[in-house]
Amino acid sequence: MNVNFQTDSKKSDTPSTPKAVIQARDLDFSYGDSQALFNINMDIHKKEVTAFIGPSGCGKSTFLRCFNRMNDLIEIAKIKSGTIKISDVDIYDKNVDVIELRKHVGMVFQKSNPFPKSIYENIAYGMRIQGIKNKKELDETVETCLKGAALWDEVKDRLNQSALGLSGGQQQRLCIARALAVKPKIILMDEPCSALDPVATAKVEELIHKLKKQYTIVVVTHNMQQAARVSDRTAFFYLGRLVEYGPTEQIFMNPENPKTEAYVSGRFG
Amino acid sequence: MGRKEIQQNGKLEPFNLMQKNSHKEPTHLFSKRFSKKKVLEESVTYLLRTLTYLVIVLAGYLFLDIAYKGSKAIFKTEAPFINTQFLTEKPQTLHVFEPLEIDKKLSKIRSEVLSLNIKTKSLSSANTEQAKEYSTTIKAHNNEIKRLDILRKKDRLTFSDTEYRALEFTPSLDEFKYNTYAYSGGGIGPAIIGTTLLVFGSILIALTMGVLCAIYLSEYSKPGRSLQAIRLSILNLSGVPSIVFGLFGFGLFVLYLDWGVSLIAGWFTLALMALPVIITASEESMRAIPKGFREGSLALGASKWTCIRTNVLPYALPGILTSSIMGIARVAGETAPIMFTAAYALRDRLPWEGLENTTDFFFQGVMALPYHIYVVSSKIPQNEYTQNMQYGTALVFLLIVGSFALSSIILRAKVRKKYDW
Ligand SMILES: Nc1ncnc2c1ncn2[C@@H]1O[C@H](COP(=O)(O)OP(=O)(O)OP(=O)(O)O)[C@@H](O)[C@H]1O
Ligand SMILES: [Mg+2]
Repeated sequence: MNVNFQTDSKKSDTPSTPKAVIQARDLDFSYGDSQALFNINMDIHKKEVTAFIGPSGCGKSTFLRCFNRMNDLIEIAKIKSGTIKISDVDIYDKNVDVIELRKHVGMVFQKSNPFPKSIYENIAYGMRIQGIKNKKELDETVETCLKGAALWDEVKDRLNQSALGLSGGQQQRLCIARALAVKPKIILMDEPCSALDPVATAKVEELIHKLKKQYTIVVVTHNMQQAARVSDRTAFFYLGRLVEYGPTEQIFMNPENPKTEAYVSGRFG
Repeated sequence: MGRKEIQQNGKLEPFNLMQKNSHKEPTHLFSKRFSKKKVLEESVTYLLRTLTYLVIVLAGYLFLDIAYKGSKAIFKTEAPFINTQFLTEKPQTLHVFEPLEIDKKLSKIRSEVLSLNIKTKSLSSANTEQAKEYSTTIKAHNNEIKRLDILRKKDRLTFSDTEYRALEFTPSLDEFKYNTYAYSGGGIGPAIIGTTLLVFGSILIALTMGVLCAIYLSEYSKPGRSLQAIRLSILNLSGVPSIVFGLFGFGLFVLYLDWGVSLIAGWFTLALMALPVIITASEESMRAIPKGFREGSLALGASKWTCIRTNVLPYALPGILTSSIMGIARVAGETAPIMFTAAYALRDRLPWEGLENTTDFFFQGVMALPYHIYVVSSKIPQNEYTQNMQYGTALVFLLIVGSFALSSIILRAKVRKKYDW
């Protein structure tokens, strides 16, 4: 209840913010008999970076994967009640085509998962499966996406080499570029930097910053500094509940909930 | 660990042993110590090694034996060194003309040896002098037999059926003894062709069905009771004896579907038999594909089938191909499943000869190498001429099956190169 009140108050606090593209209402989610998310209400705003933080197992990934219905792949996963709307469409409605949804909502995974194809084919994959064969169109998209993911200069001479030959950081940026190629509006990132060194992390963060101009980004992170650096809003989850959600400075400088304070200041987690 | 051993040693070993040890060289912390454990360790290693080598030696002997005896049928001493007749012609009756003179001499000596043997047996044990004499004569006779046999082999004339009919003058029966031996002349051409057809057809059928089943099992089916039941039945299927498969194929394809003893009935029977291996192997190969490949593809808006087609199957292909072709190569060697369903003991026409409709191709029986071995080894009287046929067929068969296995390995290497991960 407390939680509810806070989110609602946040909403009324900031009426001038851009319109919410993702709206979660009273979301209850469970894996079989064990409930993973409790009564989540959240608005995610357009062309902003929203960070999810919270201790391990609190349901960040679960919530994130609800937005592109990746949880559909898990047999026992089920939304028990509540709705998620993206651009005012209930994405769990019967009439929703999951394929269209996933084109609209791209995803980058924690463990970078480039396909064992060439760099070029990795980026082109999303278009090829849509039946786009036009060589020129493919070439152009590959170039813009790689440039968009700040990878072009590093790989432009080796587009036909295997993507597995890239470094970890490059692979992760390749995955971001691959997600961009299907022209999504929203990009979900589940701990995109957890396997990267500080230099590679900095590059990805820089990239997130850049992408914000065009895309709505939701990023899960365990790195408080990272959340503070890249996000406009931060949501703190604890044990399947959304404890506090608000502008990032507020969450870090002046949290309302003592648990949030304890977590962001590193006293538990 | 180390410390424990030392303690144990101290307790178990007689004191003087320890002392002796320390006499020779100063015991340091890691110096070698005698212990029962070590002896056990070494003897176990030794046992395992001996067993392994024994198996290898046996297998090697088996193969070399077949290769040696079989090569007599396949290779020739003159150019082009390969007995093309054996590899291409149909099995025929062998017509043999042996020089009468030598034959007479041989049979005479043989009967003498026989009578001598009987005489020796009837001698009383006291009469050693006489026994000695007999045995020396027998020895001499045996040597003579050997000599004559070589002569006989040199001077005899052998003709396959076609050759015999083409003869202008048959050797005179005054000079030669004439005999015929069924299945001992000609070659095994139709059987080679039949087996090749059987193997290729059943690979095609088994791979398609097996991979489709495996896709369903690994990608679509939901874990639960029914899946377990399916798994269990597949596992059981692989334990069914081949003769039972043969009988099943006979009942279903040959009789009920009325395909007759035919290529297609053999294909399906063999395919059915190879299915368990193929399904299991393919499913495993697909399960081994990292989850990330699937998730990555689905998250880009691929439908499930697209994801499987583009991001699972290609990477599972090397594994699928190798184990499947290996599996089918094993199955193709079985005699029992084709005995009732596809194999003819003898067939004059090659599969593509004399067809009225093209579909007749599928509904004809064929000769097959394993069945041919069975026929020449057990259905006809054995003699010196059939051995050539048996081992020649066996060697050719081994080579064909081996080349299938080899090609699957090459194929895998090629596919791997293309879809490496
Ligand atoms: N496939 C699944 N089946 C059953 N339970 C699951 C599954 N995935 C996650 N859970 C459970 O749901 C809860 C939330 O998991 P989730 O992965 O969302 O946590 P998280 O916040 O992302 O943690 P982390 O920071 O470690 O990634 C956990 O208790 C977890 O055990
Ligand atoms: Mg997670």
